[in-house]
Amino acid sequence: MNENHNDLSTPLLELRGVRKAFPGVVANDDVSLSIKPSEIHALLGENGAGKSTLVKIIYGVLQPDEGELLWQGKPVHLAGPSAARDLGIGMVFQHFSLFEALTVAENIELALPSRRDGGPDRSELSDRITQVSAQYGLPLDPRRMVLDLSVGERQRIEIVRCLLQNPKLLIMDEPTSVLTPQEVARLFETLRRLASEGCAILYISHKLQEIRDLCETATILRGGKVVATCDPRQQSVQSLANMMIGETPLKPERPAGRTLARTNRLEVRGLSLPAQKVFGTALKDVSFSVRGGEVLGIAGVAGNGQPELMDALIGEVLTYPEAVRIDGKAVGRLGPRRRREAGACFVPEERNGHATAPDMPLADNGLLSADRRMGLTRGGWILARARDGFAGDVIKRFSVKANGIGAAAKSLSGGNLQKFSVGREIAQNPGVLVINQPTWGVDAGSAAAIQESILALAAGGAAVVVISQDLDELFAIADRIAVMSEGKLSRPKPIGEVTIEEIGLLMGGIHGEKSGAQG
Amino acid sequence: MIRLEAKGERSRLFAYLSPVLAMVLTVATGALLFEMMGKPAGPALYAYFIQPFTTLYGASELGVKATPLILIGLGLSVGFRANVWNIGAEGQLTLGAIAGGALALAFYDVETPLLLPAMMIAGVLGGMAWAAIPAFLRVKFNANEILVSLMLTYVALLLLSYLVHGPMRDPDGFNFPESRLFHASATVPTLIPGTRLHWGAVFAVAAAGVIWLMLARSMLGFQLKILGDAPRAARFAGYREPKLVWFSLLLSGGLAGLAGALEVSGTVGQLVPTISPGYGFTAIIVAFLGRLHPVGVVLGGLTMALTYIGGETAQIEIGLPAAVTGLFQGVLLFYLLGCDVLINYRLRFGRKLAIG
Repeated sequence: MNENHNDLSTPLLELRGVRKAFPGVVANDDVSLSIKPSEIHALLGENGAGKSTLVKIIYGVLQPDEGELLWQGKPVHLAGPSAARDLGIGMVFQHFSLFEALTVAENIELALPSRRDGGPDRSELSDRITQVSAQYGLPLDPRRMVLDLSVGERQRIEIVRCLLQNPKLLIMDEPTSVLTPQEVARLFETLRRLASEGCAILYISHKLQEIRDLCETATILRGGKVVATCDPRQQSVQSLANMMIGETPLKPERPAGRTLARTNRLEVRGLSLPAQKVFGTALKDVSFSVRGGEVLGIAGVAGNGQPELMDALIGEVLTYPEAVRIDGKAVGRLGPRRRREAGACFVPEERNGHATAPDMPLADNGLLSADRRMGLTRGGWILARARDGFAGDVIKRFSVKANGIGAAAKSLSGGNLQKFSVGREIAQNPGVLVINQPTWGVDAGSAAAIQESILALAAGGAAVVVISQDLDELFAIADRIAVMSEGKLSRPKPIGEVTIEEIGLLMGGIHGEKSGAQG
Repeated sequence: MIRLEAKGERSRLFAYLSPVLAMVLTVATGALLFEMMGKPAGPALYAYFIQPFTTLYGASELGVKATPLILIGLGLSVGFRANVWNIGAEGQLTLGAIAGGALALAFYDVETPLLLPAMMIAGVLGGMAWAAIPAFLRVKFNANEILVSLMLTYVALLLLSYLVHGPMRDPDGFNFPESRLFHASATVPTLIPGTRLHWGAVFAVAAAGVIWLMLARSMLGFQLKILGDAPRAARFAGYREPKLVWFSLLLSGGLAGLAGALEVSGTVGQLVPTISPGYGFTAIIVAFLGRLHPVGVVLGGLTMALTYIGGETAQIEIGLPAAVTGLFQGVLLFYLLGCDVLINYRLRFGRKLAIG
């Protein structure tokens, strides 16, 4: 097969048995896929399925531990992105790297080889930008400043930048996550035209409908392995979702005799917030309530508004008073300290630098969120003995493996630091606990311990909200489940009445029963 | 190609050894420079580093110069811990000197024990007022406090120049750009007769104690440290960044203003166009040399004071140019930053090895 690499039946790019492990996790395991010339090939998977690792390997950013890459039938070794570009692989990243204070042409020029090394000169470059952008329906004025451009226009710069190097394979990493529906339609036209002219496209996404609309082949990753290769046009959205998410998780036994309180301990009503950052998500009319003794699970693919919801619940971002109520008290305008006084505790997703200060000892990190609720200070002075005692209690009660209370937070393993961060909040015996990704990147033993302690807290009468991308986890500990997608939250449903298909559809961006039925 | 690679564990011992190592390297570099300028290194280094200590007056001058450096360095180190970069202490010092001096001049014919404390308070308020400008602009408009505070330094120096050339000039001073000499009750008493070492030195050491207590034991100090180390964690905890920015800038501005008032009423005795030989800037080096720790700042202040005095001795004794003081300070900062980098990172030569 290797002798004739100009043959169209030879795959443009082939991966055989690629494996890549990082400490504690195998990101890609025995991954094989092949991309034909002028094919639009989807790489589909949940967050954490290993998509980005695989793409980094293809683009030369990472080297595989095992397995080989074949380019037009010949084994290749990609020492870096420049080697990949030399072969004809271009990539448009999810987050752009553009200088806002420079013009379109200047930004493109920066990424190209200099004139000495055979790059185009400036006036020629402007002409080529205009020509390429006209040819592929990507209107761009080379003289405009990037800071005046919309997100869609900025993406066009990145695409044109790749196209100027005549790629044979173009990698698009979640390109539609920042685009309006109209921009998406235009982008698809461009991609189809590119493919018809012989450029293969590797299209990375978790949006099922898009993939059905655009792609001819889909490779589906789950837990670092290829679970299926199929023609997405022959599949329904449900069957794709099933392949992406996996079988319906087993329902675990829950602690018996749990009774729900009559009153809502946490109430969120009509919470809307504009996006706080460039790539942030706006929250749109999010409403839910949680009763004492109940665990509400919030599922969803990352980047659909979970961190924004978390910030609004913690009080790092303020809203109007009635948007958030803790035990009936309107706290939407109060900061984190006042919300803790009202009875709520929080565990944010990022344990290093958000939930804890990495360079500080555990004793100080205990003080960080527990100073008022646990009486660790008096009149503005730190009570050293109380501070040390609290940190010591958390370490002991939640079996945190650490070199004493003087150990810096960053010296702990991920699982142990997470046990400390969760334990610090649970030890304060809150009436409301909101916890984002409780077991992300945590070993199985620690994960089970964390989940048990969450259930125990709820059994004691607290209202708990668990935001997680791990559906197995939500099905294991939640009483009701809702899905976040594009800043909206679906209506929470009891766990017994919901199917994995419904959750998958909601996660893929299809809202409500109506659109679910047509898929 | 040379790359820097982070070392896993940061050594506490080496964090403290770094300033010592930098000082040794600075002395070695100094010796080399002296030789290149045709001055024998031995006598030059003796003149620079030993001779000041051979007389009581020389030794006491160390305290005179260290006093403003320590006061300012203490304030700056608190801000630097919280990632609040006040670079304009020189300007705040100048405003403190103007405010304190103006009070002394306004009551030049009144003898009262209340005047001196009032001058000190005026100095503190003057420095705070000058630091309040970058604080307000940062909190309200997110303006960079480094640029604002630095630029205000030049405004302050020009203001002082205008005052001593104009409204505050000594009417009997033959048109020299100087104010009247302050009288006894507007002058800080000396600690040791026959020297210029005054009570300000005691203030400086006491301030170090207070700052240490605040950083080590108070919730306010804790919040400042968290804000500097992990700003997101500070937001999670619910600490108010604007409040902490205000506090850092007002504290460092107030201490710089106090240093300025002490300088005019203790060391100089009148308002002159140049009050400080760059104490406000040198104190930045003092803060880093002292590892942003109050005790370290006291030691760092004494060290940097030596570069001033040694520079003066070296000018007089062996005719080295005045620039040698600035040179030594610059070389010391260079080595200090270099040592810090090499303690936290290791150098790697050549290209990154591809795995597999």
